[in-house]
Amino acid sequence: MAYKDEKLHEEKVFKDPVHRYVHVRDRVIWDLVGTKEFQRLRRIKQLGTSFLTFHGAEHSRFNHSLGVYEIVRRILVNFDGRPNWNREERLLCLCAALLHDLGHGPFSHSFEKVFKLDHEDYTRAIILGDTEVHQVLAKVNKDFPQKVADVINKTYQDKLVVSLISSQIDADRMDYLQRDAYFTGVSYGHFDMERILRVMRPMEDQVVVKESGMHAVEDYIMSRYQMYWQVYFHPVTRSAEVILTKILHRVKELYHDGYAFKSEPVHFRSFFEEDVSLEDYVRLDESVVLYYFQMWAEEDDPILSDLAYRFVNRKLFKYVEFNPNLQMKEWMALYRTFQEVGLDPDYYLVVDSSSDLPYDFYRPGEEEERLPIHLLMRSRELKELSRQSEIVEAISGKKRTDHKLYYPQDLIERIADDVPGKRKILDILKQANQ
Amino acid sequence: MLDNHARLVKVIASSGGIVGRKKLQKIIYILKKLGLPFEEKYTFHFYGPYSEELSIRIEELANLGFVSEVKEKKSNYYQYRYQVTDEGEDFIEQSPVKLPVVESLVEEMKGRSSRFLELVATMLYFDHYPKDEIEQKVQDVKKKSNYTSEDIQEAWNFIEKIKH
Repeated sequence: MAYKDEKLHEEKVFKDPVHRYVHVRDRVIWDLVGTKEFQRLRRIKQLGTSFLTFHGAEHSRFNHSLGVYEIVRRILVNFDGRPNWNREERLLCLCAALLHDLGHGPFSHSFEKVFKLDHEDYTRAIILGDTEVHQVLAKVNKDFPQKVADVINKTYQDKLVVSLISSQIDADRMDYLQRDAYFTGVSYGHFDMERILRVMRPMEDQVVVKESGMHAVEDYIMSRYQMYWQVYFHPVTRSAEVILTKILHRVKELYHDGYAFKSEPVHFRSFFEEDVSLEDYVRLDESVVLYYFQMWAEEDDPILSDLAYRFVNRKLFKYVEFNPNLQMKEWMALYRTFQEVGLDPDYYLVVDSSSDLPYDFYRPGEEEERLPIHLLMRSRELKELSRQSEIVEAISGKKRTDHKLYYPQDLIERIADDVPGKRKILDILKQANQ
Repeated sequence: MLDNHARLVKVIASSGGIVGRKKLQKIIYILKKLGLPFEEKYTFHFYGPYSEELSIRIEELANLGFVSEVKEKKSNYYQYRYQVTDEGEDFIEQSPVKLPVVESLVEEMKGRSSRFLELVATMLYFDHYPKDEIEQKVQDVKKKSNYTSEDIQEAWNFIEKIKH
């Protein structure tokens, strides 16, 4: 029997708190799970710094990847035998679902910004490079790794296959909303996924949803909206993310200034040089990063040690709502006064915007901006979701963006009372807070 | 502060406004591929390279009052017109962000259709491949768009022109 068709003697199952069981019967999937590159995902948290806000949010990209695989597996059971669905693409979909986050690094959003990296490049590099994952995929056939990489990169020619993993109602989102809700402990994020899976239909270029399933999809869109504001955009998580980003900026700056680290940051050298090999990339996981943060908390550089101490011990920055248009003068005054009192504003005065976060809202796709969710009407016509649903229309029409100003309240309070700038800073922040 | 926002406002200001969300998406992507310092992350979507970060940033600029967004009704569709407001002009005046002169480049792109810019952006997305493979990739991912060999040649000429 060809490797691609090989089945395990007995089905393997992973107990899963979200989907109850993740079922594996294909030898290829089982072998992929066992590779060191996939196992590495156990050491990358799905929600990055959110564990500092929601103590349960310690789940990993490993859990999530298995979840996405399981959802796609269930969708394909439903698709089997339906028009527009090519059964030959089944294994490709399953592999792409399982491996879609393979290139994520530790706290990847901040890392990517500071070190100018793109986890999607590394996903591709792991799949196509000299890795255990590549060896498994290449056993299917020599073109298979490239196909898997193309699906994940969204450049595969069959857009239906791509849309299962990446669209506005895809297996990725359906897993992370439920999983993140479960592990954070919030009561949002729940929707009737079983119903959605039952009413999904394969079309030539996309997955669509039967008209009768519209209310289940509304629920999914609402969950997504609530999770964004309650969990993903949580101001405390953003504070932790701000500090994390500043640690990375500081350590990079010190490295380029020739600073003598007490403990040489060998794992980071190629990141500082912005020339990160695949080998260097995959050996840096969150356990390594958190080890360095402990070390950096003991460095002589006062900014680095302070920021690292803050992250490790959850001494986060405070924040106020901030409008960069109406409060531009206040910002400039704060910036100057921070300098006067000896607080480097480039590290201790940070405006964080909603666009700095890696999440998206539902978009109806006007002007072919992006492909929306389409409902399959009884007449076989396709209609965009927000044209049919008042609830979705209301949410997608409302533009919610925000900006917050983060600062170290404790350091400001520690400034001696006779330092003239202290009162000024506190007054401006107090005013902004009202 | 808001350096990435300031760069976007500068592009919109330099060209007296941009009409069309898709066009704006592709113009910023093409400028980025030409080496201009835009940090918005793009990924490949159904209609070519797209940045959600850019979409949210534009919404932020509109909510802050730095850019006006006007929805215009055309015969059978809507389009969005983006223009820098007086407050937006003040914002970029105070911003320390520098951007090379892009006026003529943006003018050049504004004069093209969003369909054509989608083709150019898609070809640039695959620019790590040899030329014939880029053309094959375009045909693979843009089957429905029915780009002709003349369209593709015109896009090559356009890329050549804007690179110099």
